[in-house]
Amino acid sequence: MYELVDKELVAPDIWKIKVRAPHIAKAYKPGNFVIVLPHERGERIPLTVFDTDEENIHIVFQEVGKSTKLLGKMKVGDQIQDIMGPTGHAFPSQKFGNVVLIAGGVGAATAVPLGKHLHACGNNITIILGARSKNLVLFEKELQDISEKLIITTDDGSYGVKGFVTDALKEILSNEVVDLVLAIGPAVMMKAVSDLTRPLKVKTLVSLNSIMVCGTGMCGACRVGYKDGTVLTCIEGPELDGHMVDWNTLLPRLSMYKEEEAISLSLLDNESR
Amino acid sequence: MPLKDRIPMPEQDPKLRITNFDEVALGYTEEQALMEASRCLQCPNPTCIQGCPVNIDIKAFIGLIQEGKFTEGYYKIKEKNNFPAMTGRVCPQETQCEASCVLAKMGKPIAIGRLERFLADHEMYKPQQIETEKKNHIPVACVGTGPASLAAAADLAKKGYEVHLFEALHLPGGVLSYGIPEFRLPKKIVNHEIMLLSDLDVFIHTDVIVGKTYTLQQLRREFKSIFLGTGAGAPLLLGVPGENLNGIFTANEFLIRVNLMKAYRFPEFDTPIKKGKEVVVVGAGNVAMDAARTARRLGANVTIVYRRSRAEMPARAEEVQHAEEEGIHMKLLTNPVAFHGKDGWVQSVEVVSMQLGSPDERGRRKPIPIEGSNYEIYCDQVIVAIGTTPNPILKYSTPELLLTPHGNIVVDEQYQTNIPGVFAGGDIVTGSATVIEALGAGKKAAIYIDKFIKGA
Repeated sequence: MYELVDKELVAPDIWKIKVRAPHIAKAYKPGNFVIVLPHERGERIPLTVFDTDEENIHIVFQEVGKSTKLLGKMKVGDQIQDIMGPTGHAFPSQKFGNVVLIAGGVGAATAVPLGKHLHACGNNITIILGARSKNLVLFEKELQDISEKLIITTDDGSYGVKGFVTDALKEILSNEVVDLVLAIGPAVMMKAVSDLTRPLKVKTLVSLNSIMVCGTGMCGACRVGYKDGTVLTCIEGPELDGHMVDWNTLLPRLSMYKEEEAISLSLLDNESR
Repeated sequence: MPLKDRIPMPEQDPKLRITNFDEVALGYTEEQALMEASRCLQCPNPTCIQGCPVNIDIKAFIGLIQEGKFTEGYYKIKEKNNFPAMTGRVCPQETQCEASCVLAKMGKPIAIGRLERFLADHEMYKPQQIETEKKNHIPVACVGTGPASLAAAADLAKKGYEVHLFEALHLPGGVLSYGIPEFRLPKKIVNHEIMLLSDLDVFIHTDVIVGKTYTLQQLRREFKSIFLGTGAGAPLLLGVPGENLNGIFTANEFLIRVNLMKAYRFPEFDTPIKKGKEVVVVGAGNVAMDAARTARRLGANVTIVYRRSRAEMPARAEEVQHAEEEGIHMKLLTNPVAFHGKDGWVQSVEVVSMQLGSPDERGRRKPIPIEGSNYEIYCDQVIVAIGTTPNPILKYSTPELLLTPHGNIVVDEQYQTNIPGVFAGGDIVTGSATVIEALGAGKKAAIYIDKFIKGA
């Protein structure tokens, strides 16, 4: 059991929680994530580690399905059933040069630790931070601190530039030399970014958010077509080469359990009524 | 006097059992156990014991059943095997102890496994009396909580060591928990036999990935010796087009969802599983039978596709028989070459008919595709159960650990790896094998770990 020691609403439906897990905090490296089982009869879900301190891991998540909604309802002092980790590959400690870091929606939570890491490795970082609307722009301050330049885009134009992250990326690519694009966000966004950089042969990494169960390379739930074969996101990722990902297999896999998720959610709504 | 027949195992009726996840084999009553035991000749030179990978004194425990001394019989087994309720259920006795029984020549060997299970079920919930050596407070780690690690842990604890087991998942047991279905090995029994270990000064740490949460190097600083029993955990895929379509599962994922996460009770449990109507299971080992029978219980019409013939099926005969009784179809000499789908979901398996050629290096006749014999089997779910391979996590963080080209850990005749004090056994060394073989490896490794620590 892992105690929830702090919680903070960072945007509508988006939480940052601190959970006591010193052994995970100590072993964590940027790029790693954890698998969380909210309660005894729960589901194992992968979640982003935003930061750590001596005793705690800080997890950021958006309330989407039953598991994240249950986590969102937990109070300080409550116990989370199980947290396994850290798992996934650590991000390489490498100076790439000019890096464009693209964070879409709640992907900004993963962009912060990876951006800090890239910054510490001496990279020159331009950040494109995209969201649907102003109130969903996340971690602007944290990302500002580590970037040479921060461009904000919103779909509705309520903040920053009106448009998509790919519009801003296009402009950068036509004016500047870019050594690495790292895209973190919804799969459709990461696909669009990869499609844009492929003909330009700009190295592009994406942080995949596959459905997982075990998180240890045993079950194959998170598998994705990659190069000429298949890889498991949990142990070979989560950061993978966007030009090698078979997006046509990844996108449908993400919505495989749409019907079941709807059943769980409606039951949860009835319970809390 | 004619030789009496084996007492049949009482079983749930096939029509009923495909509607539930309760255990199929119901177990002997006292009367049935006594009758079956009475068939044992108590040979002066018993051959059955040689057939057991952990050398249980089979003659003695059956003799004790004959005398009605069930408690004594149970502890006779436990001298060699700490998990009789599990092995009594899942050991392939027909190729081991029972194959070595003198009555096997007449086709009626003593039902040793059923008697083992009877004693375990009869006694395991009573207060346990296990003699252990004086505690020496020397910490030893066992990585993984499947059969190999559990056996090593139990024997080391009995020798007085303070044993710490590390498990990546949230529940211990390895394949016993996530792989073998409830209807063949109830989780209540797995949990109980594992729980009995805590009486022996064994500590179980779940949610710990060795290689990630703690590195092997870190464990080496804390523990005098380490046993790696991490199993053959990673799923093999066919590597044919369309394999990542929705609706196609590895057997590991399918079974983990259903067994470990209890998806058959969704939405009471949060983890879902897709329930296919027409399910194709690829492979014919025990895992394939487990997957097929599980899919059947979730309401599907199930077809097993296997590239060789019935004679080469790796599954236990009993499992194949149970599957067929439950209405599972077999398409033998048939091999998948592609999966076809629509809107991201699988719709059919394209297969090719096979014929058997000359024997391969292992003596099994090699299946050869018959050119132009391709056809499609329509389905909405596929479960790929063609075996497993070692998990690479430990390798990534421990590059100095010597492995075979297939990724199995290399050990010497004393189960020691190339890293001093680090031992390994079970599937991670041998590749996929049986529960009892892994138990045997764990027990032997425990002997050498003890010798290593005592400097002998």
